[in-house]
Amino acid sequence: MTVLRGRARLVGDDVNTDSIISSTRKRESLDPQVLKQFLFEHVDPSFAASVQPGDILVAGKNFGCGSAMEVAVTTVLGAGIPAVIAKSFARTYYRNAINNGLLPLICDTSGIQDGDILISDETGAIRNTRNGDTLRPEPLPEIMKAILGAGGLVPYMRKNGDFKHGDFKL
Amino acid sequence: MAGRTISEKILARKSGRPVHAGDLVVCDVDCALGTDGSVPMALDYFKAMGGERLRDASRLVFALDHYVPPTSAQTIGLHHMMRDFAEKHGVTLHETGAGIGHQLIVETGRALPGGLVVGADSHAVTYGALNCFATGIGSSDLAAIMLCGRIWLRVPETILVVLTGALPHGVFAKDIALALAGRLGADGAAYQALEFAGPGVATLALEDRLVLSNLAVEMGAKNGIFPADAETAAYLQGRTEQAFEPVAADTDASYIRTVEIALDQLTPQIALPHLVDQVVPLADASGTPIQMVYLGTCTGGRLRDFHQALDVLKAGGGVAPGVQLVVTPASREVRDAMAADGTLDALVGFGATVVEPGCGSCCGTCGVIPGDGVAVISTANRNFKGRMGNAKASIYLASPAACAAAATRGVVTDPGKVSR
Repeated sequence: MTVLRGRARLVGDDVNTDSIISSTRKRESLDPQVLKQFLFEHVDPSFAASVQPGDILVAGKNFGCGSAMEVAVTTVLGAGIPAVIAKSFARTYYRNAINNGLLPLICDTSGIQDGDILISDETGAIRNTRNGDTLRPEPLPEIMKAILGAGGLVPYMRKNGDFKHGDFKL
Repeated sequence: MAGRTISEKILARKSGRPVHAGDLVVCDVDCALGTDGSVPMALDYFKAMGGERLRDASRLVFALDHYVPPTSAQTIGLHHMMRDFAEKHGVTLHETGAGIGHQLIVETGRALPGGLVVGADSHAVTYGALNCFATGIGSSDLAAIMLCGRIWLRVPETILVVLTGALPHGVFAKDIALALAGRLGADGAAYQALEFAGPGVATLALEDRLVLSNLAVEMGAKNGIFPADAETAAYLQGRTEQAFEPVAADTDASYIRTVEIALDQLTPQIALPHLVDQVVPLADASGTPIQMVYLGTCTGGRLRDFHQALDVLKAGGGVAPGVQLVVTPASREVRDAMAADGTLDALVGFGATVVEPGCGSCCGTCGVIPGDGVAVISTANRNFKGRMGNAKASIYLASPAACAAAATRGVVTDPGKVSR
């Protein structure tokens, strides 16, 4: 499990991929380093300028709903954000996150405040340094651990060329 | 062992394992769609994965639909990149103006009962209307399918949606879908399948079923699947030479939840800005001023939709002053049929701006953009802030007839009450 240490950046419930990065922006560029300056532009115009590498997105339910566009994941990664913690994810965002090496963690985020410093340990537990709360995200299935462990779907497929049977429990 | 839902049975067939909900499986994909919105990134991932040759080009379809017509050097460049790749590798590519990829998958008989069809676009769920397991994926998953022909999936639990009765006059498939979205919520079916059943299914035309399957993703569903019947077979007649084997649910299948919708009790519905599950009876929003009316998209851009809209426009005596009516047929087949039966001329006669078949204004990537402060009523599936390319516009979602009714009066209006 990746060890994280970062500042919580709060976003709300039902954040759709168009509000993470507007689909009109990807007409002009698919480069995360270009797109990151428009991250959450319609939700919080000051977000892109204030984001710091290592920041952790903290969301409510249904994060990443709407379009399956993958720039909504690569732009978040491009801004240096290694993980999103949410009460729940839309399934396409969750898949895209795993495939690109953005860590999607599911747990009750209601006790986290904007700016809290969150630290995870090798067991995956996340400690909130403000109040000492410890959150235990739902464990990931084997295949997702294997893809994340490889660094994403690109290195996974480079290595295996196909989905490896050992990565599944049936 | 308990019986299986339609989704469980299809994923068992495609993975060769006796799976149940919750299992993770690797499945062979019958067909995968990529669009100009997703293929450019997929090609990057494919190359980075070391991909040189496609596992099976015959199972891939590319559609140029999000940037139609392309209005910048960048989007033209993306189209050229896709054309070059498709030609080199023998992938079927639908040119700009052919229509929305989802509609083309359905029209060209690529989504068949009992099959597994995915699309690198969230509205790939649309094909579930044809009794196939259909779900949306991202560009990286598409790249992996290009490389190995397979995808991993978690077998979803299923919500059974039982439809009873028949729709009353002035109420349409979109109203069923919106009512369901209002009831389940934007994540009410997250990671789960919707399976439509009950005597009401037989009363719905295939074009109606496409609307319900299309909106499944707005409830977070992985897929929205119908049983196959005579209507399904009739639609596919002449669209495919390929044999197919429909899948029915076992009588003892296990469902996580059952939701019943009495079609005969349903009234017109409307989704308010800026969430799809912000659904109220249309009567509650009656009188809301509207400046732009949009008829089109993979939800509401088919022949039946335009017929329903035109009936109301005729009954209401045309478009009210100050209202902009924009029409985007879902495909060339739809537009040709509209031209052949006079629908297109009639809409143009009412002052409609007709845009080339494609995604049009739906996601703001092309087509007519609403101005600041404009209230739009649309046949589309999403009303997120900024969705149509302007975060200062407000989007209402309703049936084609209700959109047309708003066009005739300049305010939200019950389509059943429109007359000269």
